[in-house]
Amino acid sequence: MRRSIPPGADRSRNRPLNLRRSTLLIIAGTALMLLAILIIGLLIDEQSLVTQPQLRNQAPSPSHWFGTDWLGRDMFARTMKGLLLSIRVGLFGAVASTLLALTFGLLAATGGKRVDRFISWLIDLFLSVPHLVTLIMIAYISGGGLRGIVIGIALTHWPSLARVLRAEAMQIRQAEYVRISERFGKSRFWIARHHVLPHLLPQLMVGFLLLFPHAILHEAAITFLGLGLSPHQPAIGIILNESMRYLSTGMWWLAIFPGISLIIVVRLFGMLGERLGMLLDPRRAHE
Amino acid sequence: MVYGKWFAMKLIRLCTLLLALSIVSFCLISLSPIDPVQAYIGADAMRVSPEQRQEIAAYWGLDDPPVMRYLHWASAILRGDMGTSMLYRTPVADVIGERFLHSAALMAVAWLASGVIGLALGIVAAAHKGRWPDRLITWYCYTIASTPAFWIGLVLLVVFAVWLGWFPVGLAVPAGVLAAEVTLLDRIHHLILPALTLAMVSIAPIALHTREKLLAVLSSDHVLYARARGEKGYALIMRHGLRNILLPAITLQFTSFSELFGGAVLTEQVFSYPGLGQATVAAGLGGDVPLLMGIVLCSALFVFTGNLIADALYKLVDPRMRKGGDG
Repeated sequence: MRRSIPPGADRSRNRPLNLRRSTLLIIAGTALMLLAILIIGLLIDEQSLVTQPQLRNQAPSPSHWFGTDWLGRDMFARTMKGLLLSIRVGLFGAVASTLLALTFGLLAATGGKRVDRFISWLIDLFLSVPHLVTLIMIAYISGGGLRGIVIGIALTHWPSLARVLRAEAMQIRQAEYVRISERFGKSRFWIARHHVLPHLLPQLMVGFLLLFPHAILHEAAITFLGLGLSPHQPAIGIILNESMRYLSTGMWWLAIFPGISLIIVVRLFGMLGERLGMLLDPRRAHE
Repeated sequence: MVYGKWFAMKLIRLCTLLLALSIVSFCLISLSPIDPVQAYIGADAMRVSPEQRQEIAAYWGLDDPPVMRYLHWASAILRGDMGTSMLYRTPVADVIGERFLHSAALMAVAWLASGVIGLALGIVAAAHKGRWPDRLITWYCYTIASTPAFWIGLVLLVVFAVWLGWFPVGLAVPAGVLAAEVTLLDRIHHLILPALTLAMVSIAPIALHTREKLLAVLSSDHVLYARARGEKGYALIMRHGLRNILLPAITLQFTSFSELFGGAVLTEQVFSYPGLGQATVAAGLGGDVPLLMGIVLCSALFVFTGNLIADALYKLVDPRMRKGGDG
């Protein structure tokens, strides 16, 4: 009797997932989860956020997965709304921050010695104060609101990425083809745009993906501290802040579930960034 | 003599940094749409007449042009006067000094604990690379890195203070007890949960860093040679690995003062611990500009000190840097 299964097929089924495949899986998982949060967050209308005093302080049950709070609001709905808000703010902040980092990194590498000095000094200046103190100050200065948080996150996260991009751009600038291009009389801007920028894109993407979880965590932190958003907006930080007052009465679900949801979102994005970074780094791509 | 010059350079750097920082934050705050008089009056706005507003503005010197105000404020700071906190109605220097003591206790405990435990975990993970202790430790580190510090505080609060009742729910001293009667034991009792929170968060970077560095050392030729001679296990790591990774680990721990301070802000808020972090939040919420500015400058000084110690350690301890001269 002859086996009809070719030997290769069997082996490929038992082989553990390689980096590329597991990364694809994680991308798919993250995308699915994002989509789910987006759909649930949009489907949940104001109806399910209204207060229902007869359903106050209920522990998690099949009808209220995350329980209800002291006003009878469904915690699952609030958490999803909060996650949506956090992701949105994190996205805005991270995009703005990445763009800032790219601008400063490119400027430092191609703008000459004086510009480089100034930008390095600026990076040091921003890194010299703890992030959270800067965030609090900017949230205060902008007078609260979403805008203040986004500005704060954008302004506090660019320095470390700018440093990485600057170093990378400096290296590219020393490359021979860039030197030749210079001799041909191309302008600095042209070189930055055509020779340096394309090589920075992978770094930029990984940097953005690693920045994004940080941005979400800082958004949660700053809303938790009560700076920025008004208390009735369902941000994760505000939900957790409110839960503090009810924890001592034994309502643990108010803090546990929203927190775990936030951790899962942040962790997924962190994993995504790490793996893409490994894939794009030729020295680590085969680990 | 080399050290003296190096230290002088660092001092100059610190001065320029603080100067720039004070100018930038002062400019930003002057641009703010928030009216400090309004923030100061708060809920009493209806009962305050325009004349009284003028008086308040004049009292705080808010009528002068920004440059004058900055010079006034900066020269006062140089004389050691950081202004008066609007919230606490006491000199800013006193508020910061008193609260920094509380925060320093919290941060020092967490810093030491996280350093020692993080280093140990990193070594264990590297020694068992790819097996379950390594997987567990790296999993913990990455998960903790994506967890907000205040949430860990909340969970610890629920478990240890509410369910088990082992620790108090908040504050640094028992409520309703005279300050003179507070014992050291009381203080420690109140310190444990916040310090544990802060330490749990701070372990992750140092453990991951140690693991990575140790793995690099373990794959080097001199370790291979040692293995060939028959050395193995933790004895090998202690003899050939630890020395190589200790200095970078300690340095990393000193350069992490910035994150430590940020973690302390969140932790103090969860546990109502009356430290500098809580004062920062109160100043931000209440629009207490003098206090906020003072804290910005002091936290920058704190972070700078950490980096300075890290640099100095490299210079003093590492024989290569010592002989090289230029570092």
